[in-house]
Amino acid sequence: MNPMNYIYLSAALFSIGAFGVLFRRNAIVVFMCVELMLNAANLAFVTFARINGTLDGQVVAFFVMVVAAAEVVIGLAIIMSIFATRRSASIDEANLLRS
Amino acid sequence: METITAASGTTSLTWLLIALPLAGAVILLGTGRVTNKWGHLLGVATIAGSFGVAVALWLSLLAKPSEDRAVRQFLFTWLDLGRFKVDVALQLDQLSMAFVLLITGVGLLIHVYAVGYMKGDDGRRRFFGYLNLFVAAMLLLVLADSYVLLYVGWEGVGLASYLLIGYYQTRDTAGPAAKKAFVVNRVGDIGMSVAIMLMFAAFGTVTFQGVFEAAPGASSAMVNGIGFMLLLAACGKSAQFPLQSWLLDAMEGPTPVSALIHAATMVTAGVYLIARSNPIFDLAPTAQMAVIIVGLITLLAGGIIASAKDDIKKALAGSTMSAIGYMMLAVGLGPTGYVFAIAFLLAHGFFKAGLFLGAGSVMHGMNDQVNMRRFGGLRSVMAITTATFGLGYLAIIGIPPLAGYFTKDLIIESALARSPIIGGLAIIGAGLTAFYMSRIFFMTFIGKKRWTEDVHPHESPWSMTVPMLVLAIGSVASGYLLMRDYTLEKWLEPVTGFVEPETSLSHVVVTSITLTSVAVGIVAAILLYLRRDVPQVAPEKVSFLVVAARKDLFGDAFNEAVFMRPGQWLTRSLVWVDNRVIDGAVNGVAASLGGLSARARRIQTGYTRSYSLVMLSGALLVLVLLAIVGR
Repeated sequence: MNPMNYIYLSAALFSIGAFGVLFRRNAIVVFMCVELMLNAANLAFVTFARINGTLDGQVVAFFVMVVAAAEVVIGLAIIMSIFATRRSASIDEANLLRS
Repeated sequence: METITAASGTTSLTWLLIALPLAGAVILLGTGRVTNKWGHLLGVATIAGSFGVAVALWLSLLAKPSEDRAVRQFLFTWLDLGRFKVDVALQLDQLSMAFVLLITGVGLLIHVYAVGYMKGDDGRRRFFGYLNLFVAAMLLLVLADSYVLLYVGWEGVGLASYLLIGYYQTRDTAGPAAKKAFVVNRVGDIGMSVAIMLMFAAFGTVTFQGVFEAAPGASSAMVNGIGFMLLLAACGKSAQFPLQSWLLDAMEGPTPVSALIHAATMVTAGVYLIARSNPIFDLAPTAQMAVIIVGLITLLAGGIIASAKDDIKKALAGSTMSAIGYMMLAVGLGPTGYVFAIAFLLAHGFFKAGLFLGAGSVMHGMNDQVNMRRFGGLRSVMAITTATFGLGYLAIIGIPPLAGYFTKDLIIESALARSPIIGGLAIIGAGLTAFYMSRIFFMTFIGKKRWTEDVHPHESPWSMTVPMLVLAIGSVASGYLLMRDYTLEKWLEPVTGFVEPETSLSHVVVTSITLTSVAVGIVAAILLYLRRDVPQVAPEKVSFLVVAARKDLFGDAFNEAVFMRPGQWLTRSLVWVDNRVIDGAVNGVAASLGGLSARARRIQTGYTRSYSLVMLSGALLVLVLLAIVGR
C-alpha cells in the first residue's frame, strides 16, 4: 500500500482540525479539534518514519502524545473553571485579556 | 625672610585661641534651650579666655628677639594627595598677633555690650553662638599658615556674617540683606579660590612660607594674576569697590554685629590678606596699583555715601567703607604703607567699634529708631554715650592727639610720597570724613530736639557703657601708643618690611594741609547742620550728587541692570530651553512610543480564534517561504 495515502489522510485530518479551531465557538469542541490536529501530525510523523526507515519520527510521536496528555489535563481544568464561573463554554465570551 | 620656629612652651597654646570660641559656638548652638539661661555668659567667657591666651602669647613673643618671634604650631595633616599636601597648622607671628589681640580684645568688649543690648531677646543664646562662631572663624583666618586653611576661616566668616545679618528672622528685610552679603562675598571668594589654584599650579604649594619663597622665581604675569585674584577676594570681604554693595544692607543685623563686622572681624580680612601676601604684591606693581585705585575709589565713594545717609548705622557703614579704603590704599603702597595700614586698622578697630556701640546705645534709648533727622540734642540725656561717641568722632577725623591723627596722617603722608594725585585724593577724603562724621555727631547729639513723641531717651545700662568707655580710651590712646617711637614699625618689620616714606614736604606741612581739609569739612557741617535747622523729613529737592549718594552712588542700580536683569533673563531662557527643548525631546520620545504601543495594542483583541488564525497564517507563511527557498 502506498504510504503517501497516510500523508493525505493526515493532511485531511489536520485541515479538519484547523477548520474546527477557527470556526467553532464551544471550547470543548475547539479542544477536540486541537487534539485532532496533534494526532494528524503524529500520523504524519509515523508515516515519514516508515518511509525513511528510521525511528526518529516514532520517537517524536511519543513525545507529542505525552505533551498532549499533559495539555489535556491543564486545558480541561481551565475550561472547567471558566464554565464554573461564567456558565458558558464559548471561547468568544472569554475575551477579558484584550486591551 | 624671617625664620619660623616650631611652637613650644606658652606658644603651644595657640590652638586654644580658636578652640575656645569654637567650643562656645558648638555648645551654644548644639544644646538648645538647656543653655538659654546662662548661654550668653558662656559666650562672653570663651572670648575672655581667648583674650587671656592672646595676652599671654603676646607677652611670650615680646620676650623673644624680634627675628625669632614667628612660631608655627603643627596640629595635623588634613590632606595628603600626591603633590598636594595641606597641614592644619597655625602660624603666629607679629602680624597675626596684632590681629588676634584686636579681634579678641574688641570682640570681648562687643560681647559684653551685647549682653546688655540683647537682653530680653528670645534668641540671645543663638546670637552668642553665632558671635562665637564669627570670632573663631576670624581667628582661624588670621592664624592659618596656608592659603587653604585661611580660605576655611574666610568662608567661616562669610557663613557667620550671613547668619548674623539675617538674625532678625521675622523682618522681611533681614533675609534679603543676608543673602546679598553672602552672594557678593561669593563673587570675591571666586578670586580667592582661583588665586589658590594659580599658586598650586605655579609653585606646587599653598603654604605662606612656600609661596613667598617661590614667588620671586615666577613670571610677572603669574604673580600679577595671583595679585589681582587676591585683590578681588579682598574686595568682596572688605566691601571695596566694586563689591561694596553688601555692607550698607548688612546693617539689618543687630548693632553689636555691625560693630563686630566693621571693627574686629570680616571687613579687616581683606586688608589682612593683602598685608599677609606682601611678598607677592611687592613683585606685582600692576596689581599693587590696582589696590591703590580700588582703595582711592572706595574711600571717596564711602565718604560721599556716608554724607547723605539719614540712617545713623548706614552713615557709619559708609564711613567704614571709606576707612577700609584708606587701609587698602596704604597696603597698595607697598613697604611704605603696610605698617600704617595695620596701625590705622587697629586704631579704627577701637573708634569704629566705639561709634557703632554708641549708635546702638542711642537706638536702645530711642525705641530702635535710626533716623538721625528725628534725633538731636541727645547730649542732655545720654552723657556717657555722647562723651564716648564724641571721642570716637574726634579720633576718626584725625584731631591730634587722638588715634586717627597718628595713623591716618601717616597713610596720607606715604600716599603723597608715592604721587601728589593719590595723596591729594586722600586729603580730600579726610575732609569728607570730617564732614560726614560731624554731620552724624551734630544731628544726633547737638542741636534742637526733633524726637518723635513717644520716645523717652535714657542712658544705657553699665554692661553697655563700660565697653564704650574702654573703647573710647582706646580711641584716644591707641594711636600714640602704637606710633610712639616706631613701636609698631619695629614690631611688624620682620613680617611686612618697613621703608620710611620719603616726601618732599615736611611732616608739619602735610599735617597742616590735612588738618585744613578736616577743618573745612567741620565748618561745612556746622554751617549746614548746626546753624540751620535740620528738617525732620529729608528734603526732596536736592542736587544730583545727593540723590546719587542716597542711592549708594547707583551701585545697586548698576548691579541690577548689569548683573541681575541679564542673569534673570539668562535663567529664564535656560528654564524655557529646559522645559521646551530638553523636556520636549524626552517627553516627545515617550509620547510617540506610547502612541505606537497604543496602536500595537489593538492587535490584542482577546478573541482566541483570531489568535489561532494568526498562528495558522504564520505557519502557512513559513511553509510557503520554505517551499520557495528550498526549491
